Amino acid sequence: MKISMALAGLLFVFYVLMHMYGNLKLLFGQKAFDDYAHHLRTLGEPILPYSGFLWLFRLLLITALLVHVGFALHLWSKANRARSSRYVVKKAVAATVSSKMMRWGGIALLLFLVFHLIHFTILKPNFNSGETVVEGSPYSLVVAAFKLWWVVAIYLLAMIALGMHLHHGVWSAAQTLGLTQTAKSRATAKALGVLVALVVAVGFAIPPLAILFKIVGN
Amino acid sequence: MNLTLKIWRQAGPQAKGSMETYQVTDISEDMSFLEMLDVLNEDLTERGEEPVAFDSDCREGICGMCGLMISGHAHGPEVTTTCQLHMRSFRDGETITIEPWRADAFPVIKDLVVDRSSFDRIIQAGGFISANTGAAPEAHSVPVPKPLADRAFESAACIGCGACVAACPNASGMLFMGAKITHLGSLPQGQPERWARVQNMVATHDAEGFGGCTNIGECSAACPKEIPLDVISTLNSDLRKSRSQRH
Ligand code: HEM
Ligand code: FES
Repeated sequence: MKISMALAGLLFVFYVLMHMYGNLKLLFGQKAFDDYAHHLRTLGEPILPYSGFLWLFRLLLITALLVHVGFALHLWSKANRARSSRYVVKKAVAATVSSKMMRWGGIALLLFLVFHLIHFTILKPNFNSGETVVEGSPYSLVVAAFKLWWVVAIYLLAMIALGMHLHHGVWSAAQTLGLTQTAKSRATAKALGVLVALVVAVGFAIPPLAILFKIVGN
Repeated sequence: MNLTLKIWRQAGPQAKGSMETYQVTDISEDMSFLEMLDVLNEDLTERGEEPVAFDSDCREGICGMCGLMISGHAHGPEVTTTCQLHMRSFRDGETITIEPWRADAFPVIKDLVVDRSSFDRIIQAGGFISANTGAAPEAHSVPVPKPLADRAFESAACIGCGACVAACPNASGMLFMGAKITHLGSLPQGQPERWARVQNMVATHDAEGFGGCTNIGECSAACPKEIPLDVISTLNSDLRKSRSQRH
């Protein structure tokens, strides 16, 4: 059960890294990013129909999300049942902030995911009346959005939450899969968690900040 | 030393408990924590009040019988058992809260005494090896590589006190179980039952109402025997392999 949760989580890590790499293409201008978005939809053609690969991948991600969140909620309720009477005084010695934020941070990520999908995939509202969004150019939509400071703020907060979730999640997954049976491999897994968290959080944060501070997208 | 104690009092398993405040005076720094409680109990008995029930046996840190949540730390602020904790670890005038281990798998019997027989049932489910009794075999007849012997020895240090469960935010028993799995699974004598052991122990653990592990690490930090977190990884690894290994 926790193994499927760890595998689902690691699939997200892989996806998130790909996604971050794609986003960084924003820095190379409109053509690079729009081509990338288009390429995602033609990947696997002609074996797969237009958007075929994208939908297969989305299906996989949705399944993984259901598994991951389902088991997370199960673990949560099990923990509550395992200690129905609470301590009057309880101090943590070893727990990291990230590890304590897995549950509420996970829920924050879920809410962000809904917002994010509505924003750039489903409804694609243009929050910025000062900019025109070109049909079929995700680049213009993204640039218009990130010229607004509050949109950038929402995304940055979400990336802090994601970084924290990954900080504990990567190490936790290694432990769950039984890969950390020595003090040395434990230290490696923890360092990897910090590294992945930093790379992902910083990598995602660069494009919105670059747009906000008018380094790209004028 | 003079101290203020806030202690969990609960008349019986079904009774509703509450925190009560007591004062103790003239406590020596050289007393153990349990001796300090003995002083309190003598005082209470002389005044005709009900003494505070708590567990202990060897009082030398080897049996695992004692165990109190002391101001939010399992076994108090030092890495040791409650019986081996000394009053010099506290300040004169300090207020100390004392609670029982809290986990639904460890129901309170009275005051600070909890029922840890769920641990015994986990052991019964797989924490053993099969061996002929009677004549002890020659000690060198089964060679054990030194690194494995060391690892088995390190995990065998677990005294089953339950501090890991008490400290875990999920009230999970994974460190205890991991110690047993690693101890027996590292040795040649533990191989025949290895895969059945992990499956049966985990099933019993879950059925007893312990929580699931989320790798926070509070257990290992609270462990008086410093059992490392990697025994949990070994447990997870054995559980994963057992699906294909058990015939
Ligand atoms: C969308 C809503 C999400 C929720 C509600 C959620 C919740 C949780 C919870 C409660 C845990 C277990 C905590 C623990 O083991 O300490 C967890 C673990 C984990 N999460 Fe998430 N999460 C979400 C999204 C994500 C995403 C987007 C990723 C990756 C980019 C991710 C990666 C991981 C990993 C790798 C683990 C470790 C699994 C393990 O413990 O073996 N999660 N998540
Ligand atoms: S009484 Fe035996 S370990 Fe404390």
